Amino acid sequence: MRRRDESATKAVEAKALVKVYQGPRDKRVRALDGVDLSSNHSEYLVLLGPSGCGKTTLLRTIAGLERPTEGEVHIGGQLVNGLPPRIRRVAMVLQSYALYPHKTVHDNIEFPLKAEHVPRHLRERKVRWAADLLGIPDLLSRRPRQLSGGERQRVALARALVREPAVFLLDEPLSGLDAKLRATTRDELKRFQRQIGTATIYVTHDQEEAMGLADRVAVLEAGRLRQVGTPRDIYDEPADTFVATFVGAPPMNLVQRGDRLVGFRPEHLLPAENVAYDSRVTMPLRIERMEYLSGDRHVYGTVTRIGLETRVIARLPATVITPLAVGETHEFAVPTDRLRFFDAEYGTRAAPVRIGG
Amino acid sequence: MAVGDRGGDRAGAGQKARLADREGFLAWAFLLPSIVYLTVLVVAPFGLTVAFAFSRSTSEAPSYRFAGLRNFRAIFGDHAFWRSLIDTLALTAVSTVLVVAFGTILANVLLADFRFRRTVRTAVLLPWTTPVALSAISWRWLLGSAGSPVDRILREASLLHGGESPLARAPSAMVSVVAVHVWRLTPLAAVIVMAGLAAIPRGVWDAAHLDGAGFWRRFFGVTLPLTLPVTAVAAVFTAAFTVGDMAVVRVLTGGGPGDSTQVLPALAYLHGVDRGDAGSGAAIALFLFPLFLAGVMVVLRVMRRMGHRP
Repeated sequence: MRRRDESATKAVEAKALVKVYQGPRDKRVRALDGVDLSSNHSEYLVLLGPSGCGKTTLLRTIAGLERPTEGEVHIGGQLVNGLPPRIRRVAMVLQSYALYPHKTVHDNIEFPLKAEHVPRHLRERKVRWAADLLGIPDLLSRRPRQLSGGERQRVALARALVREPAVFLLDEPLSGLDAKLRATTRDELKRFQRQIGTATIYVTHDQEEAMGLADRVAVLEAGRLRQVGTPRDIYDEPADTFVATFVGAPPMNLVQRGDRLVGFRPEHLLPAENVAYDSRVTMPLRIERMEYLSGDRHVYGTVTRIGLETRVIARLPATVITPLAVGETHEFAVPTDRLRFFDAEYGTRAAPVRIGG
Repeated sequence: MAVGDRGGDRAGAGQKARLADREGFLAWAFLLPSIVYLTVLVVAPFGLTVAFAFSRSTSEAPSYRFAGLRNFRAIFGDHAFWRSLIDTLALTAVSTVLVVAFGTILANVLLADFRFRRTVRTAVLLPWTTPVALSAISWRWLLGSAGSPVDRILREASLLHGGESPLARAPSAMVSVVAVHVWRLTPLAAVIVMAGLAAIPRGVWDAAHLDGAGFWRRFFGVTLPLTLPVTAVAAVFTAAFTVGDMAVVRVLTGGGPGDSTQVLPALAYLHGVDRGDAGSGAAIALFLFPLFLAGVMVVLRVMRRMGHRP
């Protein structure tokens, strides 16, 4: 009975969205293939997927830069199909930041307000407020080409923020920054969103970014939603083999056994003596290669017995000190509750099967 | 050549440098054609014009006799010269403004996605690729002969009466000259502005959409400022092609009726070739040079400063 109420207060709702691009010579590309997705108020929703999966198209369709071929976009409970971005009260930060090169930082931030015919004194106050919030009041008289990547990103954020939008759309906002800056900016973005409390939809192909920032992650592939859930859900309970192998580095191991794929994360595959005896599945692992990465040992090898002979990766934390050597075969094990089962043909989650340990 | 060929299959340091490896030689080889071209077709005629401007040479007495400033004194005293100068400047100014305005509009239209875009783009360029004299002749027929489509339309609209034609009256003759210049130079300006538009990153337009800017604000607040440098280039080209053109006036109106559409290049031709007075013809032709040079330098300087800005 509260259902109706809830759907009316969704920040953004996409219903059965389809976007078909007309390529050359009657080639059609289905960039979005029936996407249903909603985001809640003040929620941080991250769209995660490999490049070309349609995540940016989805964002642009929500923003109003693209028209959906089929389906509906609702913002704040209102159907906005066909409405231009300015009426949707969305703000979007483009991947390239796309600052106006001929305008100063001040005029860049002021531009959306001018477009809204905000009176001058109010404009000044809002530009100040946005610049202060992002720590760029000293840059107001500069031009974009005189700014570093990180500074440009702040200006783009300020320009998006100044209209106080109902929804924030961010398209890979960190991809233009170097690795070190990316980490600190990620942290800032999150704090910043908490502070203003605006619903945010964030597109990235970087799973670390997605898992670190998101309240919920939506995994897209080939224009379809594979799974929507909390980072924990996505990681621990992947809906299919795509999500299981796309998320997590190294990815989940999948071993075929009959009509099932048996999946387990590298960190759950440990030398048998480190796994509780009562509920585990053991398997012999022939060690082929080892890497020592920030305290962890990554063991590459081939497992047998539980299914087809398969190459797998085990990640042993520094606390596991079992001596291992390349070339030897060692008994490894996975706790039973860490096993995930997928349909071998369709890749979807399937009922568990008993594996005699 | 033989050295180069034999060196070809030997590897490493033993290989001899070929002719094409010598940068000094290459530089000259590439530069030579344009140096020859500029010398024969630009520098020499220009020098000749300067020489003639200070001479008494005529077609009857072609030998060179220095005349000092006599030619300049003569043309400065000629009422027709001053009138032509003002007409030339007015014609150039009006044509340039119109060409740049229409060119910018056309460029935006041509960039839009529509069917037969390629065909339309090619067709639009035709006026520019047609030789000036040829298109001027077509226009003379359209505007000046009884029974031509333009003639009929004007009569139908009661803008034309009796035996007159648009080319036979002073104001409409001038409008006709401007119209033909605009018609033939707009495609050029459009192509130049189009290149500038295509260089604007797509994201900037998306951003303007997202920032809620409407059509006019996007055009005047984003597109126009960003294409200003190329627009200036288009303006310089248009002005240069208008100010230096004599074919349109010569063919369309012959400077008439009276001297009402006379421009300096056509007047120079009239003096220098038709009347055989090479001296005063050259003096007239030379007169615009410093004026125009100054104009171009100002525009280029402004452009360079704008180029530093974004």
